Amino acid sequence: MLSVHLILFLAFGAVAVAGAVNLLVQRHPINSALSLIAVMAALAGEYLLLGAEFVAAVQVIVYAGAIMVLFVFVIMLLNAGEEERTRGSRVAIIFGIPGMLLGSVLVAWVVLTHSGTETVPAGVWPERLSGVPAQSVPGSPHTIGPLLFHQFLLPFEVTSILILIAIMGAVVLASKPTVAGSPPKKVKD
Amino acid sequence: MVPLSYYLLLSGILFACGVAGFLIKRNIITIFMSIELMLNGVNLSFVAFAAHWKELDGQIFVFFVMVVAAAEAAVGLAIIIAIYRTRETLNVDQVNLLKL
Repeated sequence: MLSVHLILFLAFGAVAVAGAVNLLVQRHPINSALSLIAVMAALAGEYLLLGAEFVAAVQVIVYAGAIMVLFVFVIMLLNAGEEERTRGSRVAIIFGIPGMLLGSVLVAWVVLTHSGTETVPAGVWPERLSGVPAQSVPGSPHTIGPLLFHQFLLPFEVTSILILIAIMGAVVLASKPTVAGSPPKKVKD
Repeated sequence: MVPLSYYLLLSGILFACGVAGFLIKRNIITIFMSIELMLNGVNLSFVAFAAHWKELDGQIFVFFVMVVAAAEAAVGLAIIIAIYRTRETLNVDQVNLLKL
């Protein structure tokens, strides 16, 4: 018997897996980037099914928005063409495909044998959260916010410092070497 | 109602696809995208467990994973630009100065 919840889960899951496989199959990086965006959008749908509204919104804004725009921008900037096959990649295929299958089978076996018929509740669980209005959804910004700014305040501030360091590092790494009169060094082999 | 194992299965499939892409792909940008795919697979299992145990800590952790992924993407793509500027290739087989 299929519930609406299960049907939506299967639909989003099918999109996510199809996008992930397409990322592997495509040769051109821009096609891989677009299929990765499809995966992330499908995962945002899964988060909504799990009641994680805030995480779903952040997933779309930060991952599918900011990070993937950065990827597409770099692909366009560097004019990345189709990847050429080399001898090294044959070895990687020999280990990669069986490794993927082995990992999938192992995870499937562990998950399917060690779990009963427990289901993930989709609705509201207000009784476990103290200090929030009972009618609010568990994953909404209304409940995430107080948690983030009280219990997890220190990690939150540390991540802001991390972002600052990342910004400065990216600027330093991506800026042109500014030795007057000398062109950037080219390494050829 | 969806069993928890279904979510973990989907998460495992996405992570395995990320690992396979990391090993198969030769373009350094695509390899980087495979890492993002692995992070997304792990995030899904975090959120599924958070819903299963009715705790919000998992969702907070997903938020931090996303922040770290954003920082990592910025720095990593800057490194890719620097590599392209000095070596004029995106193929990881041709960036082998440290190889024996």
